[in-house]
Amino acid sequence: MNATPAVQLRDLGVTYGGATGREVLRGIDLSIAPNEIVCIVGHSGIGKSTLIRCIAGLQRPTTGEVLIGGTAITAPPATLALVSQDYGRTLMPWLRVGENVRLPLRGVGLARAVQDERVAEALSVVGLVEAARSYPWQLSGGMQQRVAIARALAYRPQVLLMDEPFASVDAQTRAELEDLLLTLQRDLGITVVLVTHDVDESVYLSDRVVVVGGRPALVREIVEVPISGVRDQLTTKADPAFIACRTQVLSSIQASKDSGSAVGG
Amino acid sequence: MRVLAGLRLLLWELWLPVALVVVWWFVSASSTSPYFPPLSRIWEAFVENWFGPSFRVDVVPSMTNLALGLAFALVVGVGAGLLLALFPLAGEIAEPFLQFFRAIPALAVLPALFILFGTGSTGNVAAIAFGAVWPILLNTLDGIRSIHPSVRLVARSYRIRPYLLVTNVLLPGAMPQITVGIRTSLAIGVVIMVGSEMYVSTAGIGHFVVVAQQTFALADMWSGILLLGVIGYALNVGYGVIERWLLRWQPRSTSGSK
Repeated sequence: MNATPAVQLRDLGVTYGGATGREVLRGIDLSIAPNEIVCIVGHSGIGKSTLIRCIAGLQRPTTGEVLIGGTAITAPPATLALVSQDYGRTLMPWLRVGENVRLPLRGVGLARAVQDERVAEALSVVGLVEAARSYPWQLSGGMQQRVAIARALAYRPQVLLMDEPFASVDAQTRAELEDLLLTLQRDLGITVVLVTHDVDESVYLSDRVVVVGGRPALVREIVEVPISGVRDQLTTKADPAFIACRTQVLSSIQASKDSGSAVGG
Repeated sequence: MRVLAGLRLLLWELWLPVALVVVWWFVSASSTSPYFPPLSRIWEAFVENWFGPSFRVDVVPSMTNLALGLAFALVVGVGAGLLLALFPLAGEIAEPFLQFFRAIPALAVLPALFILFGTGSTGNVAAIAFGAVWPILLNTLDGIRSIHPSVRLVARSYRIRPYLLVTNVLLPGAMPQITVGIRTSLAIGVVIMVGSEMYVSTAGIGHFVVVAQQTFALADMWSGILLLGVIGYALNVGYGVIERWLLRWQPRSTSGSK
């Protein structure tokens, strides 16, 4: 791993409400290689969304810095796309599906024909070509989240940032979307950083799982997932390596919870 | 099938007003009261006035003033509401003042406005614009403020260009409330149109009604009142169509209320 990391966090810390305020994140150091898929797991309310907002350039960390492609960021970088949990509120209800996907491509000097092409391509990748002229409310939750993913893909990011992207869809859709993400990540060669509270999901999707825990939250452990080749919901989840990783991640989260108050301050 | 259903609905809605007019027509036919002339006389006056010279002399100026006043109110209201929403501090500072101005009955400001803008149609237009601007402005401001933070966050993270942010995110997002503001402004505009014409103008439907009343041409007076009712109703129905178009992206069940 001697190439420039796609995403790098250096001593990242966030404290809300000034020096005497609530410290949420402390000293997060993390380096993510290009084409890597990394999940960040931890209890809900631990500061995962704060972390995501910092990586997305939507929030300035109190200490430390975020580097995307080797450059420290102070605003949302052009090479990064964010897919968040509440798809119902991140698609514009007044724009048809195709226009939702197109919106980030407008005003950046792309010819209309190129925009059309990218929108059509992104929608076909997520299997929603026929929904292009629908409004978001006419689609199911899972379909709306696929539109949000299509919007991110059409934007052609180098880094795809996902904040609990599958948390509000049903289990079957969730499994489909997980596999879709793995396929896309493999085919398009993008770096994916995904935040989740679901341990199974994190192990299933990741090359590495980063366990974050405690108050303030620190990086507790980084678990390598030694499963090579194409993953699938049935065999991978029965793989002893998968189960071993899952146990490791789970116990790490448990440990972080127990030691949480001791670290706090 | 749908045409038939629509026709049935229309009949269902129409039978009562039609019946009332018929009752009015026959009950008033023998009326000798100078205050309540027979409907047939009012109808004659109505046709004579509004399909005659008074249309050009009174209706055209009234409607022109209303259209201009509302257009000003719309442009200024949406524009200023947008600016105040884009600069939250300015919005915070301005809001009490806006609420104060909104609270002043526009009719009470008429004397001042006619001093400032003269008693010609400029004064009328200014009065209508002044009365109608506040609901549009405040609803635009509030509508943009109430757009869900997630939507704003997505726009920021995708670096949506400012003009696209305004045209594709903020204004459409505020549109459900802006349309409510416009509906209120429409009603206020009609009231001020009539009121300002009654107050100083030399033309307009309001002026016509006052002159008719003062010269005891009571059938003419009633015909003017009737026309104002028809205009108000038609504006409301017409605006309903525009509103449904503006909010065409909403699920049917929640749009087109009222």
